[in-house]
Amino acid sequence: MSMADAIRRFVPDGSTVALGLSLEPVIPFAAGHEMIRQERRDLELVGPISDALFDQLIGAGCVRRVTAAWVGNVSEGLGHCYRRACEQQVPRALDLRDHSNFSISLALWAAAWNVPSLPTRTLLGSDILSTNPGLVSAGGLVHVEAVRPDVAMVHVQRADEMGRAHAWGPMGITEEAGLAAGGVIVTCEELVDSSVTLSDPNRILFPETKVVAVVHEPGGAHPSPVQGFFQRDHAFYRDYAEQSRSVDGYDAWLKQWVLQMPDRATYLSRLDVDSLRITQHRPSVPVDYGDE
Amino acid sequence: MSSYTPQELMVAVASREIRDTDLVFVGMRLPVLAYGVARNAHAPNARGLFEVGLMRDQPATAFLGTMGDPPNVAGALWATRMSNVMALMAQGHVDLGFIGGAEVDRFGNLNTSYVGEPSRPKVKLPGSGGGADIAILSRRWVTLMSHERRRLVEKVSFVTSPGYGDGTLGWRKRHGLLGGGPAAIITTLCVLRFPDEGGEAYLASVHPGHTVDEVRAETGWQLKVARQVAETAAPTESELAAIRRFDPEGFWTRS
Repeated sequence: MSMADAIRRFVPDGSTVALGLSLEPVIPFAAGHEMIRQERRDLELVGPISDALFDQLIGAGCVRRVTAAWVGNVSEGLGHCYRRACEQQVPRALDLRDHSNFSISLALWAAAWNVPSLPTRTLLGSDILSTNPGLVSAGGLVHVEAVRPDVAMVHVQRADEMGRAHAWGPMGITEEAGLAAGGVIVTCEELVDSSVTLSDPNRILFPETKVVAVVHEPGGAHPSPVQGFFQRDHAFYRDYAEQSRSVDGYDAWLKQWVLQMPDRATYLSRLDVDSLRITQHRPSVPVDYGDE
Repeated sequence: MSSYTPQELMVAVASREIRDTDLVFVGMRLPVLAYGVARNAHAPNARGLFEVGLMRDQPATAFLGTMGDPPNVAGALWATRMSNVMALMAQGHVDLGFIGGAEVDRFGNLNTSYVGEPSRPKVKLPGSGGGADIAILSRRWVTLMSHERRRLVEKVSFVTSPGYGDGTLGWRKRHGLLGGGPAAIITTLCVLRFPDEGGEAYLASVHPGHTVDEVRAETGWQLKVARQVAETAAPTESELAAIRRFDPEGFWTRS
């Protein structure tokens, strides 16, 4: 399925969308940019930390609510669109549901297990309890209310047409978000035959019954890194941080890198992608599942 | 002795907080460098945990812009999900955590969320990330920040990551916080430490070239001062060499 079709079919206005779930790596920027191009509105974004993508969606006016532990630009600091939205309601006001990294994970596990909440000892003594009604302190524990995304977006190294995704590297809160979500959109570097994915079922990220779309989108995580494929493009994050300091600068950036890009291939053609490609490889040793 | 930047000194001081065999919740920016320095010097048996879902022994050999960069994953001891890393911390297995702060008060409470009223913030900061989790669950923690009057404040406008609360004896225990709380605040001018039983920060050492009066003037509360304020030991040649190996272009330490 094409990215445009996946977003059109599975991400209507008002959706609760989980993305950026592995923290800094494999952020589904291509999927985010397509949501901006299709002018999605009133989204609730769910994630642990967001490295620039939430900021871009907020600046484009797509977002009504943010349910997250951290929003900014990891190597550069503050998110300027996020600040403008929270401080000046530009381009619109945001409803914030503050979490810590641990509590947003628990909120998704609660939804995955279909229970109203899960208890934890984290956040005791934090004022985060006073700003998020979904965190309730009782009996010496904090009860973290379930957060159920309509859709989770993940970028992986490879997947097959049936939605069996192979991912490697740190997982952040990807698994609980996928299980909690109504459906998962998988974008991948390589679209492979099912004989590849099924050769290693332990590495399959989600049950195929959860996956609603598979999009073959090489480079779909740029500027974030993809283990074994791409380094992080630090300079791209720095340029975004500098340009997005002003509304005009952000608008120009958005026009150049999102609105005027018909698709991901065109976007990649404007970059020196080869300088980011990982060329030194370090394959793991295959495991033997046996055949009897 | 070669010259060094304030950030290089902070990294060296932070690295000395890491004890051999510590399990360290590393965090981002300067602590990543501090972990590398410690591991190559006095803490060869330390292990680092990263909330993205990683455990390492050897520090990554290439520059890291974030903890999730490929060089931090290759050669890891464990690549996993965040909730597994948090499980270790919830069990009290994390000896030391590092947290970045925007504002701190005399009791070590950190604000990384809102300056001003949360409903109408003057400045919206990025939020907790794993900061609150580290502050509450790690056995001890250290924070690093630029020493400015607007950052070291009488009262933080929002407690994202609790230190010793209102400073009364046993505040953390009474509120059910598992970990021991902040051990030190490392700034661009000095090191503030806390008594073993917690409570209020005091000036323990002043960095070379700075004075107690200067520290007092840049601190937003009436600062307690140790009977004998030491001079912070400058970074050694080998500490500086390690820092510059992990941050060759000065991305974190010279900008």
